[in-house]
Amino acid sequence: MSQAQITMEPIVEARDLSVAYGGQKVLDVPSLQVYRNEVLVVIGPNGSGKTTLLLCLTRLLKPPTGVVSYQGVPVLDSKSVLQLHRKLAVVFQESLLLNSTVWDNVTIGLRLRSVNGTEARERAQKWLERFGVAALAKRQARTLSSGEAKRTSLARAFALQPEVLFLDEPFTALDGPTRQALLEDFESVLRETRVTTVMVTHDRNEALVLADRVAVLMNGRISQIGTPAEVFSSPVNEEVAGFVEAGNIIHGVVGVQSEGLATIKVGGQQIEAVSEFIEGTHVIALLPYDDITITMPSSKTVTTSARNRLSGEVVRVFSMGSQVRVTIDCGFPLVALVTRRSTEEMGLKKGTRVYATFKAVSIRVIRRH
Amino acid sequence: MDMIIDGITQAFWLLVHGDRQVLQIALLSLLVSGSATLLSLCVGIPLGSVLGLVRFPGRRFIISLVNTGMGLPPVVVGLVVSIFLWRNGPLGILHILYTPSAMVIAQFIIAFPIVAGFTMAATQSLDPKLRLQILSLGASRVQMVWILLKEARLPLLAAIMAGFGAVISEVGASMMVGGNIFGQTRVLTTAIVGENSKGAFAYAIALGAILLALVYLVNFVLTMVQQRARVK
Repeated sequence: MSQAQITMEPIVEARDLSVAYGGQKVLDVPSLQVYRNEVLVVIGPNGSGKTTLLLCLTRLLKPPTGVVSYQGVPVLDSKSVLQLHRKLAVVFQESLLLNSTVWDNVTIGLRLRSVNGTEARERAQKWLERFGVAALAKRQARTLSSGEAKRTSLARAFALQPEVLFLDEPFTALDGPTRQALLEDFESVLRETRVTTVMVTHDRNEALVLADRVAVLMNGRISQIGTPAEVFSSPVNEEVAGFVEAGNIIHGVVGVQSEGLATIKVGGQQIEAVSEFIEGTHVIALLPYDDITITMPSSKTVTTSARNRLSGEVVRVFSMGSQVRVTIDCGFPLVALVTRRSTEEMGLKKGTRVYATFKAVSIRVIRRH
Repeated sequence: MDMIIDGITQAFWLLVHGDRQVLQIALLSLLVSGSATLLSLCVGIPLGSVLGLVRFPGRRFIISLVNTGMGLPPVVVGLVVSIFLWRNGPLGILHILYTPSAMVIAQFIIAFPIVAGFTMAATQSLDPKLRLQILSLGASRVQMVWILLKEARLPLLAAIMAGFGAVISEVGASMMVGGNIFGQTRVLTTAIVGENSKGAFAYAIALGAILLALVYLVNFVLTMVQQRARVK
């Protein structure tokens, strides 16, 4: 989603949020803005306070200190909390459907918000169809599979046409294929509706696919907030790096693609990766640091199965205990993780000419929007 | 052995002929215990919901009282209610001792902790996050509790059955505050005790059969409602 479409007026704003359980601070957020039409993904490890933050922002939990404002107006008394709730939708990790039919579940929120009957029926029908569960409308919610239940809960949320959509680890409890299919449907719905979204997850890939902005929550504090590119490629500190560093994040465009093997054009270079995307697709290639092998130009050329061999110059050598992060400029920056001993034996330092070698299957390719 | 067969035969004819006295006693039983159950639902369901859903200081103490109340001996309830309603007692001015009203009060005291206890268990059995989900759908506090109670409808029907079952079958309290006055406060249980002590076994057996049938009928209806709710 392009940044230009996001207006810089916060729709939800939190100030001085602080929550402690038994003397232990679990959340400490001096300031957080959610802008209209953006997708803000809050990532962080388990127990970092993500759910608590979401509950505070939605005012499902009253923060002991701090204020949440909606469109600039502080939400203080119970009446304004109710009004706020009627502008939001929240999807939890559990589907939390009522013991009733799928249809009842999708329409109950509309009834609570006094949406008139005809419109409520139209919206429920539309969103059940959009999430592919319209055929299940008459079924009892507790007879659904977990994937169907999650689709129902998403249809219920979108039918409310919320001003802001909040999601708490919505895809975590699902198995692999179910999750992937739903994630794709959900992504296309998000692009279509452009609803302001706050999602918390521990899954970095979900953040990469969906986020306009990513906030990293560590021990109850927002350590970093920015575009996915900023956060994932230049983490502010070691803690964030340790959490977000999935590997190299390379932006490129698919060149030729045949039989599942694609060339991706990046910074004047080409890399080969396993991908089904067609020519011209803008993509993000994820390449784990430790999947890159560094060889010296002088060493005898060995034939390997690795599809990629890029020449470049070492621009930075950063020691992290027994391992060393070596940044190579191959027309685009590439980070490799090697052992200290290898670094010493090869005499790697700034300015050394090297080859970076990696397999096409080591790269994960994600479509970029 | 003859006595039993005689009793059952006699009971059968009493029932078949629709003896007016028997009918009147059965109706009063149903009326008194039904009213007491209804009243206990009015108090027990809100109390149980609050105990199940809200955290407040003293909650555990109240829960322990409710749990004790679930096993209140009816004679003790009868004793206390009698003392309160006695001519010189604190509520003697009401002049309702030995009336059906007094019996309703006593049975209400027996039933409401049972209803409250079952309601508490029912609401606690729901996923705590369901409350947040319902609030986020746009429900007010009152609407949320209503939706939660609907969600817990199966165990709540069990609460009604347990409450009604406890009061329709108790005899101690009804005897003490009602007095088993023929035509006024005689209900099935007290009548059975009375007839039994007179040696009128046939009559006692007939009344016992009616009592069982009545309890069965009410529970049958409630079970149908409960299981239909489950299957729907």
